[in-house]
Amino acid sequence: MSTAAVRPASLETPWSLPYKGQIGMLCLIAAESSIFTIFVVAYIFYIGKSLTGPMPREILEVPIFATICLLSSSLTIHAAVGALRKGNLAMFRLLWFITLALGAIFLFKTGSEWQRLIYEKNFTISTNLFGTTYYSLVGLHASHVIVGLVGLLTVFLLALAGRVRQEHVDNVDTFALYWHFVDAVWVVVFTVVYIVGR
Amino acid sequence: MSTESIALTGVREPSRAFGDWLTSWITTVDHKRLGILYIVFALLFLVLGGIEATIIRIQLIAPLNTFVSPRTFNRMFTMHGTTMIFFAAMPILFGFANYFVPLMIGARDMAFPRLNALSFWLTAFGGFLLYFSFVGANGLYGAGGAPDVGWFAYAPLTSKAFSLGHSTDFWTLSLMVSGFGSIGTGVNIVATIVSMRCPGMTFGKMPLFAWLNLVVFGMVLVVVSPLTAAQLMLCVDRFLGGHFFDTQAGGSAVLWMHFFWFFGHPEVYILVIPAFAFMSEIVPVFSRKPIFGYPIMVGATVAIGFVSMTVWAHHMFTVGMSAYGNSFFVITTMIVGIPTGIKIFNWLGTMWGGKIIFKTPMLFCIAFLFQFLVAGLTGIMLGAAPFDWQLAGSYFLVAHFHYVIVGAILFALFGAFYYWFPKMSGRMYNETLGKVHFWLFVLGFHLTFDFMHIPGLLGMPRRIYTYEPGRGWEVWNLIVTIGAVVQGIAILIFVSNLLYSMFKGKLAGNDPWDAWTLEWSVASPPPEYNFLTIPEVRSRRPLWDIKHPEDPDWKYE
Amino acid sequence: MAYANLRKRAWCRCRHALAKGITFLGAALLCAQSSFAFAQASPIPNIFKPASTPADAIHRLSLFVLTITGLIFVIVGGLLIYAVVKFRRRGEEDGPEPAPVYGSNQMELAWTVVPCLIVLVLFLATARVIYSVQEAVPPATAVQVTAIGHQFWWEFRYPELGVVTANELHIPVSNPQNPTPTFIKLLSADTDHSFWVPQLAGKIDLIPNRNNSMWLDPHATGVYIGQCAQYCGTQHALMLLRVYVDSPEDFARWVAAQKQPAVANDAVAKGRRIFEQTACINCHAVSGTAANGVFGPDLTHLMSRYTIASGAAKNTHDNLKLWIHSPDSLKPGSLMPAMNLNAQDLDDLTTYLETLR
Repeated sequence: MSTAAVRPASLETPWSLPYKGQIGMLCLIAAESSIFTIFVVAYIFYIGKSLTGPMPREILEVPIFATICLLSSSLTIHAAVGALRKGNLAMFRLLWFITLALGAIFLFKTGSEWQRLIYEKNFTISTNLFGTTYYSLVGLHASHVIVGLVGLLTVFLLALAGRVRQEHVDNVDTFALYWHFVDAVWVVVFTVVYIVGR
Repeated sequence: MSTESIALTGVREPSRAFGDWLTSWITTVDHKRLGILYIVFALLFLVLGGIEATIIRIQLIAPLNTFVSPRTFNRMFTMHGTTMIFFAAMPILFGFANYFVPLMIGARDMAFPRLNALSFWLTAFGGFLLYFSFVGANGLYGAGGAPDVGWFAYAPLTSKAFSLGHSTDFWTLSLMVSGFGSIGTGVNIVATIVSMRCPGMTFGKMPLFAWLNLVVFGMVLVVVSPLTAAQLMLCVDRFLGGHFFDTQAGGSAVLWMHFFWFFGHPEVYILVIPAFAFMSEIVPVFSRKPIFGYPIMVGATVAIGFVSMTVWAHHMFTVGMSAYGNSFFVITTMIVGIPTGIKIFNWLGTMWGGKIIFKTPMLFCIAFLFQFLVAGLTGIMLGAAPFDWQLAGSYFLVAHFHYVIVGAILFALFGAFYYWFPKMSGRMYNETLGKVHFWLFVLGFHLTFDFMHIPGLLGMPRRIYTYEPGRGWEVWNLIVTIGAVVQGIAILIFVSNLLYSMFKGKLAGNDPWDAWTLEWSVASPPPEYNFLTIPEVRSRRPLWDIKHPEDPDWKYE
Repeated sequence: MAYANLRKRAWCRCRHALAKGITFLGAALLCAQSSFAFAQASPIPNIFKPASTPADAIHRLSLFVLTITGLIFVIVGGLLIYAVVKFRRRGEEDGPEPAPVYGSNQMELAWTVVPCLIVLVLFLATARVIYSVQEAVPPATAVQVTAIGHQFWWEFRYPELGVVTANELHIPVSNPQNPTPTFIKLLSADTDHSFWVPQLAGKIDLIPNRNNSMWLDPHATGVYIGQCAQYCGTQHALMLLRVYVDSPEDFARWVAAQKQPAVANDAVAKGRRIFEQTACINCHAVSGTAANGVFGPDLTHLMSRYTIASGAAKNTHDNLKLWIHSPDSLKPGSLMPAMNLNAQDLDDLTTYLETLR
């Protein structure tokens, strides 16, 4: 029997399947969500269980500006993908750069917050349970931001070199999905660390 | 025979130079080669884990034995458990999924072939890290050697205070690295099944093998990640001075248990659902009937996938949860038995009214059914929380989960080996040796694991390196050890059968079993690109439709 | 009926095991090394021979579960054997393929609904026992004990009676007219442990930073054997437990004796001095001396205990000496350090310890 034989009379309906990159990214997001869930559970579980100070209320400041930056970068990346889909490359580059800049501002703000906590407040990962869970959860998120920024930068450089064109919109869109995920996680982290935990 | 593919197989003929041959295996991104790499890697670790099991059994053959020191014994059972779960069972099942999922859904490769290679090598590196601990874990005070914290590594035994040196570091890093590998494979296989099916293969027409693996790897994504997260926390504790599981700073030992078992229990299903997948392919072919109740088989598997994530704390009935908490996990645990029972009945229904052919793969499948039934029933005993207060942590429990992992999963795996060996190697195995292997293994298995239940009922806890005479445990331990030896001999027969048949077996042809799924439509072994032309299917048994044009399946499904 | 049958079968099985065990015992004792001088042959801690109220409740539930699972086993196993025999292919016949059957809604419904009912019954039976054991309220006459797990021994405190002891728990027998159950608070000083004396109750873990509790309500006097059932480190295996269930009078006598301060005998002043001047006192306590360590067992009434090293050896002169001289030869990996005493000091110290009755 032949491979070609496994081919009955043509199918009634046209055959199309979802784009594999998109599915892969969704799977990755599912896995990442589980990782974050565990860290969030640990954070919530240990709220108020530290044996020594300092407590969240005493030292944490709510990062409103950084949050606005990160969340609005979701809008700009969405618009950037839209521009690329329409073939408006200049607009794409501009919006993509704004996304990159907003992400970088967020990361910088997180870094300076950590610097303040470590050097001024003498508060580190081994200070108490709050320190352990705070730095782990926020750090885990920040490491995802870093990965995202590296990706954003790579795409931006490729775009400057003229290597990102309209036909790549599916790939770019897949990456945008990751960035949206990073933003969505921040909403959870922000709620848990700065609202519930404080 | 596909003449077209034969004309092209010259392309993959291995180069004569050994270096080229080795490079071609190391750099391969072909799902079939990676599948074989997974399997070979896993068999290697199966042997290592087997050696550790043998050392454990020799030590326990008689009371007050001094074959190994307590510390060595503790290392042996830690390494045995970790090796068998993470570096034997998982990779071997991943290997089969890698090899056969694309073939069964009519795809030429996985969705992300290079990610596939990365996943394998991460897993392999994890295994290497674990075993490197034997030489590299010394650290301070010569406290090293392999990890000795048990395979579920309960806190605070893993904290710096109780685990000096680096052995626990190697344990946690090894599982973290291989965990990333598993997640990669999960992403890959789910994307492959969703996006790479050949025309006509709707979700309702996928072979059960593909369906069940879809569920398995969906579960891998959401339950292996929590383990990886927990290992990250343990690393924060051990390397950065964190306090997640540091009980002296208010950390919780119970939190680790929750995190571990939230992975640990679904893990059992990650291992056993592939075994179900093998069953669902082999039983129909050797009963000469289509699978009974395809939709409910799919439904039951998906149900198991979801329910299995709500049962984890039945591993923790003895940690002092509230009566309400205990009752909750009793009911979920018993509910998971329902879809599992449905599956057993459906396989029975498949055999019912068929013409059962007792080739080696089918023999293993029948033994699977019987042993899985017993394992399920002892599982119900353990699931009744108060009964579990007696049985948990005893040899009864050890016997129960070996009944699942050896009696069910390993038996199904042996069945799968014999069933697909002709496809993977192009040659038939030796049927007589296969049957000898089967009967010997059945004997050894029952000697070991039937009698292992009894010392548990007589109060023997697991993980003790010795016991005093007069507790009524001696005879049983002796029998158990004898059974282990018989199993070892059976495995040697299995390996020699494989090695011999790989070179000297008679040629298998494309379809030695007169089977019905797509992998049997291509040459054995399949060409690198799998399918010259991407097939189109109209039913769950595309090859049946071709062989029986007068009575095709798609008219009835 | 099924109950009675099963009970009988379980009994037979146990007796069988017991007989085999005893035959083997002789041989095993011969090969046992002298350094592992275990306590004398102990009763087998069989979970099917309960001697206490919670263990009884578990036992009844286990017989019920065994009956149901046994029935399922017989039915499904029978169907499997029937199918394999009846539907085997006969000879190498090459007849037509069997009729394809794709499924049957009625059948599948049946084998979904029946298991659901079984699950419901099992759950209700189980939940009842969970609540009866876990929600028990201690009567005023209950004895309160705090058990603290250490690597690798047990500390027992009786806060109301002012008694501290180790490894061998004494509790009064409880009769239904005048119940004196023992309620145990379970704590851990280091890693996880688990308190398991199969004939008295199911096991409950001792976990650092956590208060667990359990209770025993024994019907018959005697010694009940158990051991740590949660892996706790190198010497998990030799963390044995002995529970002495005493008659009320014996228990009262034992408590009175334990409350006495340590015997101060001038004849052994030398050994006592050695004890007080070495590192012994860092870990051990003896009331009325400088020794008030908390990392090791309280030795005030050491000689009232049948075993030393948490059941690893019988409490004899030779074993005691060996234990002080070289703990690793009795219990390799135990946290007690070797004291490196010269022979004379070792003798004196042992003699002193032997006065601690």
